[in-house]
Amino acid sequence: MAELMEALGLFGDALVSGLIAALMVIVNLLPGSISDAFQYAFMQRALLTSVLVGAICGILSCYVVLKRWSLLGDAISHAVLPGVAIAYLLGWPFFIGAFITGALTSVGIGAIERHTRIKSDAAMGLMFTGAFALGIVLISKIASSTHLMHILFGNVLGVQQSALLLTLVASVIALLVVWLAYRPLLLYAFDPQQAQALGFNTSVIHYGLILLLTLTIVASLETVGIILVVAMLITPGATAHLLTDRFKTMMLISVGVGVSSAVIGLWLSVVLDVASGGTIVLVATSWFFIALLFSPKHGLLLRQWRRWRMG
Amino acid sequence: MATTFMSTTLGQAAVAIDIKGLYAAYQRQPVLENINLQFPAGKWTAIVGPNGAGKSTLFHVLTGSMKPLRGSVQAFDQPISTHRKAGHIAYMAQREAIEWDFPVSVWETVMGGRYGHMRNDPLWRRLLPSRWYDRRHAEAVREALQAVDMLGLAERPIGALSGGQKKRVLLARALAQQASILLLDEPLAGVDPPSERLILDVLARERLAGRTVIMVTHDMPGARRHVDHVVLINRFIRGVGSPDEMLSDAKLAELAVSSIEQSAHDAQVAEASSFTAAQG
Repeated sequence: MAELMEALGLFGDALVSGLIAALMVIVNLLPGSISDAFQYAFMQRALLTSVLVGAICGILSCYVVLKRWSLLGDAISHAVLPGVAIAYLLGWPFFIGAFITGALTSVGIGAIERHTRIKSDAAMGLMFTGAFALGIVLISKIASSTHLMHILFGNVLGVQQSALLLTLVASVIALLVVWLAYRPLLLYAFDPQQAQALGFNTSVIHYGLILLLTLTIVASLETVGIILVVAMLITPGATAHLLTDRFKTMMLISVGVGVSSAVIGLWLSVVLDVASGGTIVLVATSWFFIALLFSPKHGLLLRQWRRWRMG
Repeated sequence: MATTFMSTTLGQAAVAIDIKGLYAAYQRQPVLENINLQFPAGKWTAIVGPNGAGKSTLFHVLTGSMKPLRGSVQAFDQPISTHRKAGHIAYMAQREAIEWDFPVSVWETVMGGRYGHMRNDPLWRRLLPSRWYDRRHAEAVREALQAVDMLGLAERPIGALSGGQKKRVLLARALAQQASILLLDEPLAGVDPPSERLILDVLARERLAGRTVIMVTHDMPGARRHVDHVVLINRFIRGVGSPDEMLSDAKLAELAVSSIEQSAHDAQVAEASSFTAAQG
């Protein structure tokens, strides 16, 4: 068993080195003024992490936007905090604790919604603020405030090999699930009752999608942090939704927005010496406003132009 | 309260869906009580009742999105879930039940009706890019779109359709499933006269092909000539019979009165229970 884990670890390290080497080939095509920043090992790790996080957030973002799960994403990301603290206390890897409390909270929200008269927005609000408060209290007892800041706002430049491996594994799982269950997920997002009528097990799809969302959030923690991760789960999908009427195209654009925001944001944050998580999200938000203004079909400018021409 | 069994009025026809002793409730508010109904196979049945009478709830039970409190539902002598999994039950939702902003085309939406059957294809094939894989199911989709006269708009995003076109796409999705039982929730609501005629013609053809058609509707002058049976429902079954019997003015007035009595009765019960609560 130990040997197997070791072999897997070695394989993971080799895979990471390979992916970084591939990314560096692309980076070195860029002018020196840009590529110079990526000569350090920590920058290369940060780059790969950003690309992966941008990609899986981009994929999941389509479901979050179309299923109106923005608040749920926000809730899960906050609920992850006590898990991080408990894992720290018990000496576990942080992502196990994060995953457990994130998943528990989403199940709790579902249960309150289904069995009481409390509506879903209130159920989410009370569950995630409660969990977040527990996390703050726990962390104030056990860790320094810099530690808390890193969890809340991300620290992509300090990403360790283990966290990078986790992000890689999460990306592979997310990609596989979306590929293997493409049709059930699409049908469930579009028309759950039809999925039910066709005999699909919609609770499995529902909770599977929530677990996938939790996994994505946990994998993105180091990069953008608890507070801002939800932006990466909304903005790329919303941007893509303005630009296309095809689901697959939406997913591609969304991944493009996610990856480009993460990479450009990372680079800008180093060059300008500002917080990386915030910069990444700001780049994504800029993409959104560009799409909002200039989208050929659903953009404001062309719509005004057409109206003006007609009138 | 006459809880008639359909079989008594309809002779020896085979039974497509058999509902026994069904009760359903939303948050402890009873919506359906003591429903015993048999839908004969190969016939066209309309379920008629005022708003809030439990018609849609009955469909939610049949499609599995709502669990009944009590009672059983069988289709062709097996649990209905077996037939759902086999893709034998097609469902046409109300227009409002769907997110029309969703980024899919008319073609992809109707292809959704094939998703149940796709589970029978081997996994490796399903994982091929849909450009190749979907061909196996394209014929059914094309036929369905042709039947509702929407083939020309197959590549349109669904958000760009008119109200009647949206209804026709939803009907096409149900047709593409080539199921033996068609459940249609208000297929004629808010539809222009040409679309209404087209939908009724399509359903008449499906019935002739031996399919069981069950539709929910709250007004049905247009459908009257087509359907074989009418079920009047308002929480309880209020009557089962031919369209002429059930849709007489006297019968419909009775149905409307029953719903007023119902709410008066509910109010009394609520008052009585709050009174006892205050006493205790």
